[in-house]
Amino acid sequence: MTATDETGKEARMAGLSDLITGGRPIASHRPWPRVVVDEATWQAVMAQLADGNPTLLGLWGEAAGVHIALCDEAAEAIVVLSLDCADGRYPSVGAQHPPAIRPERAAQDLFGLTPIGLPDTRPWLDHGRWGLSRPLGAAAVPRDPAYAFLAAEGESLHQIPVGPVHAGIIEPGHFRFSASGETVVRLEERLGYVHKGIEGLMAGATLEQGARLAGRVSGDSTVAYALAFARAVEAALGVEVPERAHWLRALMAELERVANHLGDIGAICNDAAFSLMHAQCGILREQVLRASDTCFGHRLMRDRIIPGGVTVDLTLDGAASLRRLVAALRRRFPALIELYDNTASLQDRTVGTGVLALDRARQFGAGGFVGRASGRRFDARRSMRYPPYDRLAFEVPTLEAGDVNARIWVRIREVGQSLDLIDMILDALPAGALRLEVPAAAGEGLALVEGFRGDILVWLRLAEDGRIARCHLRDPSWFQWPLLEAAIEGNIVADFPLCNKSFNCSYSGHDL
Amino acid sequence: MLDLLVQGAQMALVLLLAPLLTGIVRKVKARLLRRRGPSVIQPYRDLLRLARKEAVIAEGASWLFRVAPYLIFAATWVAAALVPTFAIGLTFSWTADLIAIIALLGSARFFLALAGMDVGTSFGGIGASREMLIASLAEPAMLVVVFTVALVAGSTQLSTIAAFMVSPGVGLRVSLGLALIGLVMVAIAENARIPVDNPATHLELTMVHEAMVLEYSGRHLAMIEFAASLKLLLYLSLIACLFAPWGLAGAGASATACAIGLATYLGKLLVGAVALALFETSIAKMRVFRVPDFLGAALMLGLLGTLLLFVSRSL
Repeated sequence: MTATDETGKEARMAGLSDLITGGRPIASHRPWPRVVVDEATWQAVMAQLADGNPTLLGLWGEAAGVHIALCDEAAEAIVVLSLDCADGRYPSVGAQHPPAIRPERAAQDLFGLTPIGLPDTRPWLDHGRWGLSRPLGAAAVPRDPAYAFLAAEGESLHQIPVGPVHAGIIEPGHFRFSASGETVVRLEERLGYVHKGIEGLMAGATLEQGARLAGRVSGDSTVAYALAFARAVEAALGVEVPERAHWLRALMAELERVANHLGDIGAICNDAAFSLMHAQCGILREQVLRASDTCFGHRLMRDRIIPGGVTVDLTLDGAASLRRLVAALRRRFPALIELYDNTASLQDRTVGTGVLALDRARQFGAGGFVGRASGRRFDARRSMRYPPYDRLAFEVPTLEAGDVNARIWVRIREVGQSLDLIDMILDALPAGALRLEVPAAAGEGLALVEGFRGDILVWLRLAEDGRIARCHLRDPSWFQWPLLEAAIEGNIVADFPLCNKSFNCSYSGHDL
Repeated sequence: MLDLLVQGAQMALVLLLAPLLTGIVRKVKARLLRRRGPSVIQPYRDLLRLARKEAVIAEGASWLFRVAPYLIFAATWVAAALVPTFAIGLTFSWTADLIAIIALLGSARFFLALAGMDVGTSFGGIGASREMLIASLAEPAMLVVVFTVALVAGSTQLSTIAAFMVSPGVGLRVSLGLALIGLVMVAIAENARIPVDNPATHLELTMVHEAMVLEYSGRHLAMIEFAASLKLLLYLSLIACLFAPWGLAGAGASATACAIGLATYLGKLLVGAVALALFETSIAKMRVFRVPDFLGAALMLGLLGTLLLFVSRSL
């Protein structure tokens, strides 16, 4: 790294740190700072957000106030800003920075915090079917379930309501299309059907219960969520897990990534009625799951990562079976890539469909393949350098086109990358203990971990008795779902399933 | 009396074979995807299950919605039974006119589209509008193909054409080759197969045929599924009868000839089913707005065949 880079980073960080020097830092927050700011600083930060730097990582509420996590991507630094709102009101971030609108609506539903100036005041997670509203806030009152969709006016426009119950076995979500013939004029999503109240369950839970809950936020990312939760707890308590645990965690995370990407690549092709890819990728995915089962005792490796370390060790047999798996995938996957690339009828569907512009991806801080297919070079493994990735050499595959094809290709490259990583991890796996006992103490921690969809953020506060006082889990889908609305505009209705599957946002992780 | 029996056998035969053909196509596709796949007789079980189930009718559905499945089934059955399968020159073969068959299928489609719109759901409307887009291009293409064949054989009657096609005077003709390709393309579009439509999709937004019948259930759905199977059988029989009429029993033929005709017919169906499954597995579905290009090509092929015949009768 050159000297100019360093000064550039400092200059950029200075913009953010200047603003927050007036605030009151919270000493117990690790590893990145949390600062309680006043309203004037809050407003100034909002203006910076709207300018495009820093990036919004998350916004969540508490009974007493509201927090935002910001990331200066160039400086690779994170800061959490908190604003106390005694009267339950705060200046809306979404008023100037649209990505914050849905998190603010969710915080309003859960805690009754009112963002002043929020352009869209409709509820988001709360469909009026809970029997009460603001379940985590001060007072709970029933709410009317009526909901008005945004209007699209014009001659010969018609609406197509799709879902929440779909013809296939997929999660529930409602999509309201306004179409002119076959062309989509506007898509509006309505989510929240699988709200499970995880943040409410987290409050007062033990760390053990918390880890289990985190692993169940989104089933396909159970490793990444457990890892993010464990890292946040360890940060809050200031403990460092044994070296071998770090490497085993990364091994599981990469296996999860490979399995999900293989499943996705096949599923996208299946939505273009090319079931051959679906079947073949399904076989490869199954091999990964079976190898995971052999090595870690669970196909999806659920509940294998806990605060303090990991619960299972990798045996020599397990390592050998992973080597065989990597070899088998390296042998068979290239033929499938070739099949994808040489099937003209399939390329005709994926190339140029559902284009997401780079500035949109930047504005929303879209993580994972959604951001990287549009040219946003962000990967929490690389940018946050959490162990063991700080000692592993790997690329972050990035493409510019931003269409369905690019999102498939980012996945294809990442599969290759993850196979290399699995090899490297197996080579360098250190010996030693698997876990340590975490003490029961108070503290605040934040973790950002790269799941297969993108960066998962977990923020938590532990009480004196070691129980969880408040835990917020932010799925990457929060900032990807809105972009799907943007990407589909101007495409035809029949191409929506293809675009949707290429985004593959989580319903469960988003609805919490 | 015997003639009537043979004719009746043909009508029963298409009814019996249609679900089996669908089952075979599904089985072959499953095997190609390295799946075991359901048994080939699964479509029969499905029809039986649907027939026994209660038919749920959407609120606001008119009488048309309830009548349409029977009309569609009847029209398709009659059309399928008219196409020579194992023998030509049957009692009703004078009605087995290509244009009559196109008209019967056209009216079945008309009722299906009306029924799709009848309930007033958005998917029914989308399906009906897409179906009409396809139909408005597939029917002219089909007619031009028919004209090509009719110009060569000198008749639009299937029995006459089939008899002509096996005669030594046919030879290899460019125009017939073009007509065959055109007819196969039309058959793919008409039967809602990949790449025009996907009969196995669960994605409401991409459906054409399935979107129209989304509101049907119970015996009504059974009728429509049965009609779809019959239509696939019809097109395969038609292609076999026009372009591979070998083995067909002649008018008033012996029982042995009929048996040979039946065996070759079953063989042809099997070849057709495997070819369809292979083709469907090797291609992705096209964008809705590419369908006009696809069917436009079929129309042009048929037209070219007709024009060639005006240049020279021997082409």
